[in-house]
Amino acid sequence: MGATGGLTLVFGLPLAVALFFFGLAAYERRMGLATGPGFFQRNGLAVGLYLVLAVGFWVFFVIVLPQFSMVDMSFRPKLPPAQMGGPKDVFTLENYRYFLFGSTTSTSSWNWTHLKAFVLTIGVSIAITLFNFALCYPIAFHMAQSAGAARLRILLLLLIIPYWVNEILRAFAFRVLLSSGGIINKLLLGAGVIGEPIDFLGADVGLYMGLSYAYLLMMVFPLYSAIESLDKNQIEAARDLGAPWWHIHLFVVMPHAKPGIASGCTLVFMLCAGALAAPLVLAGPRTLWFTPIVYDRFYQAFNWPQGAAYAFILLVTCVVFVLLVLKMFRLSLGEITR
Amino acid sequence: MAAAVELEGVNVTFGDFVAVRDANLTIEAGEFFSFLGPSGCGKTTLLRTISGFIEPTRGQVRIGGKDMVGIGPNKRPTALIFQNLALFPMMSVADNIGYGLRVRGVPKHERDEKVKNLLIQVALSEHGHKKVSELSGGQKQRVAIARALAVEPSVLLLDEPLSALDLKLRQHMRAELRAIQKRVGITFIYITHDQGEALTMSDRIAVMNAGVIEQVGNGRSVYAEPRTPFVAAFVGENNQIRGRVTAVADGMATLDTPLGALSGRNPVGLKAGEEALLFVRPEALSLVPTGTPNGSTVGFDGEALDVAYEGSVTHVTLRVRTGQKITATVGGGVVPVSGETLHIGFKPQDGLLLARAASH
Amino acid sequence: MTSGPLQRILFAVYIAVFFLYLLGPLMVMGVSAFNTPQYPQVWPIEGLTLDWFSQLFADQDMMYGLRTSLWIGVLVVAISVPIGLAGAIVMTQIQPRVRSAYYLVVVSPVLTPGIIIGISTVVFWREFTTMTGTRFLYDGIILTVIGQSSFISAYCMLIILARLQRFDQAQQEAALDLGASYPQVFRHILLPFLQPALFSAAVLAFLSSFENYNTTTFAILSEKTLTTVLAGRVRQGSTPAISALAVIIVAVTIVGAIAYELWKRRADAAAERRLRAAQAAEESELSGTAAPMAA
Repeated sequence: MGATGGLTLVFGLPLAVALFFFGLAAYERRMGLATGPGFFQRNGLAVGLYLVLAVGFWVFFVIVLPQFSMVDMSFRPKLPPAQMGGPKDVFTLENYRYFLFGSTTSTSSWNWTHLKAFVLTIGVSIAITLFNFALCYPIAFHMAQSAGAARLRILLLLLIIPYWVNEILRAFAFRVLLSSGGIINKLLLGAGVIGEPIDFLGADVGLYMGLSYAYLLMMVFPLYSAIESLDKNQIEAARDLGAPWWHIHLFVVMPHAKPGIASGCTLVFMLCAGALAAPLVLAGPRTLWFTPIVYDRFYQAFNWPQGAAYAFILLVTCVVFVLLVLKMFRLSLGEITR
Repeated sequence: MAAAVELEGVNVTFGDFVAVRDANLTIEAGEFFSFLGPSGCGKTTLLRTISGFIEPTRGQVRIGGKDMVGIGPNKRPTALIFQNLALFPMMSVADNIGYGLRVRGVPKHERDEKVKNLLIQVALSEHGHKKVSELSGGQKQRVAIARALAVEPSVLLLDEPLSALDLKLRQHMRAELRAIQKRVGITFIYITHDQGEALTMSDRIAVMNAGVIEQVGNGRSVYAEPRTPFVAAFVGENNQIRGRVTAVADGMATLDTPLGALSGRNPVGLKAGEEALLFVRPEALSLVPTGTPNGSTVGFDGEALDVAYEGSVTHVTLRVRTGQKITATVGGGVVPVSGETLHIGFKPQDGLLLARAASH
Repeated sequence: MTSGPLQRILFAVYIAVFFLYLLGPLMVMGVSAFNTPQYPQVWPIEGLTLDWFSQLFADQDMMYGLRTSLWIGVLVVAISVPIGLAGAIVMTQIQPRVRSAYYLVVVSPVLTPGIIIGISTVVFWREFTTMTGTRFLYDGIILTVIGQSSFISAYCMLIILARLQRFDQAQQEAALDLGASYPQVFRHILLPFLQPALFSAAVLAFLSSFENYNTTTFAILSEKTLTTVLAGRVRQGSTPAISALAVIIVAVTIVGAIAYELWKRRADAAAERRLRAAQAAEESELSGTAAPMAA
């Protein structure tokens, strides 16, 4: 972004939004839609200013403007700092072209490495999301509907402990477990099941397991809190009416837990697709995962505009996924982010 | 003595909804004044307008002769006791009571002294250090009262503070509130939908309905001399019979009703030909065997449906020719039998005629 | 829904497998922290040692990273909790017609992959500091704090909002009526009411910051935090010193959780006591033994 144009935006946007709110408040007051004290009257000047400044800083300088400048950068060529904002700093699609064709100019051949990594990342993330849902649903149901208070506390604690160990260590645990000299291979060798250690990590088994493992909790908790709010009598009633167990889950529990299911799935997908630690620690030499490629655009290739374009592609994918899930479950955003 | 609170043409509207319409009222200093009305009648809105949480859309609120426009609740000489009391759960009892003094910047030692006195006054001196959640319902009430009195308001506003208590405690608290008011001598403005509360405690009562103050007067006058059908029906039990005025004389009028010609007092000056309602209190009705009408009463026949014997009195529900039900409360002497047909009579002085307003 | 014995057994097996999956890897790693071989090994146990722990503490980079992480965590708490509080209060006051748009903007960081938050933070602040001549702000620690605050503030906001929605408006009005100014209401009434939520938000903010990697690795620039140093070590190869670190973290977590549990039990017991006192007071009052009011 050009220096002056950029600054205009950075300070103009918050100002414009502030004016909008001022106008909206004045309008509502005049139309008699808003009564009672105004914002600053209600909070006092000091607290009112704190609210406006804190939220303003957060919304503009931490959330919106950074996203905006990342997207903006993805449509610009890579230039040395001296030429930024100069005549060569023009709108371009070359970074996206590179993602598709592996070259900023030619479109003759596809950029298979990156495209494959992208498709694989999305596909595997969806698969892991489904796997985690299947794995976590029974335990979440048990905790929410049939476990006693004491048992519930223990289960919750057991579930939370691994969560406070950071992602890298969680992934590292799988490396210890699955490496060729790891305990699994030792056990299998000892039992005579295999003659030679299996290269779990090279075959990406480690990566997938590690990803699934890392975000198990993100599935359990939303499911748990959604199922917990279901009245036990409803299940009893369904059972009294002679509904088979699968019928009860499919038509009583799951429809009720819809927001929790959607929220868990969205979180797990987003975290998988954006995971950086697990691929770093568990990927084999031939593994393709999209996030390390993005990372390399920045800190190996030092091509920030290209990296920004790749990041934007990932972001759009996640947004599309969230929207699809919401549409599929017929939910609003507010219902899944409680 | 200056009037404590004056309302002059006060209107409060929310969008299209008129919560209070044209309220004009003077509340004297030292009075125990109640607003009585069903829920949604605008009494709480009016109270909040006096305390400053709501600005009137039109009209003026004066407290101690001073116009209160633009003066927020924290700057008015009023204190409000909330329906749910709104005690601060994170503060001790003593801190709750001293809060108003604290925010006024009263020095700590002075504040402590005052809180101590208030705790003694409301019989809670042992409980100053406790959390609010450790108190009983009645104790909480007293903390709320002490907290409001601490700031020495000239007017104390009470928004149905007794409604959450059970009956026994509620009756006890009525007497206590009245005693406190007598002792501190400031104006109490009390909001309630419970006529028993209003009648037992108040010097004067304003009966409200649908945003309008229908009648202001002492307990006896709103009960015995209602000026609108709403007041007649809302305050105490009442029987009402529709009809048309046929003759007027000496403050009395005769009414042609489906039950025959009936007469009663005519305080609002109805004229012949006007639609009217006749109100008769159950205790003003007498029940005698049919065919033995008493010369001094008017009346009609009815069949006793339900007889509830209470010892000193008996409540009888009767059905008359039109199918309408009439209730009568009669003394211990005769106890009618259900199914019996009786003559229902009353003295014309006990009948009250009021105009049938279009809105009712 | 487990009625028959077969179903019961199947469910027990499932629970066992689930927790084996959940805790097994951590246990394996834990054991390897005490085993002597150079490469993290669980079996056979060749000898017990604490060398890996001392090696961990001797790792200058790791210790430096730890200090940076703690420092960043504190700063993130100091920024995210006030922002989350403001965000929650604004949510309850903003005009209804723009509320959902506002909500969308402020929870979007929760649903955005961490690396994108890291990238966008670096890109924006590099340009912003260059344009405004405040290049000194382009610092790894500052950027990391800002980047993490993006979504951690949203966590805090959601926690605080949940409690704020239970706030009784009459409390605020009662304080105003007693003569408090708006800032006094905020300090004396609202903040104490929100205190438990603020505390939870602070704990969550610190832990989320401390364990964050995705956002940090982009925003940290040339600085180092515990997670970025750890990532580097893990890349170089496996050593039981890393397992030792995990053991320490798990141990600290469990001690913290138990301490919290004990504290909570005591608080619950105190609340229980208070409730009983209130009930007793009620009974004595109704039976007429309560002290009559002084005349």
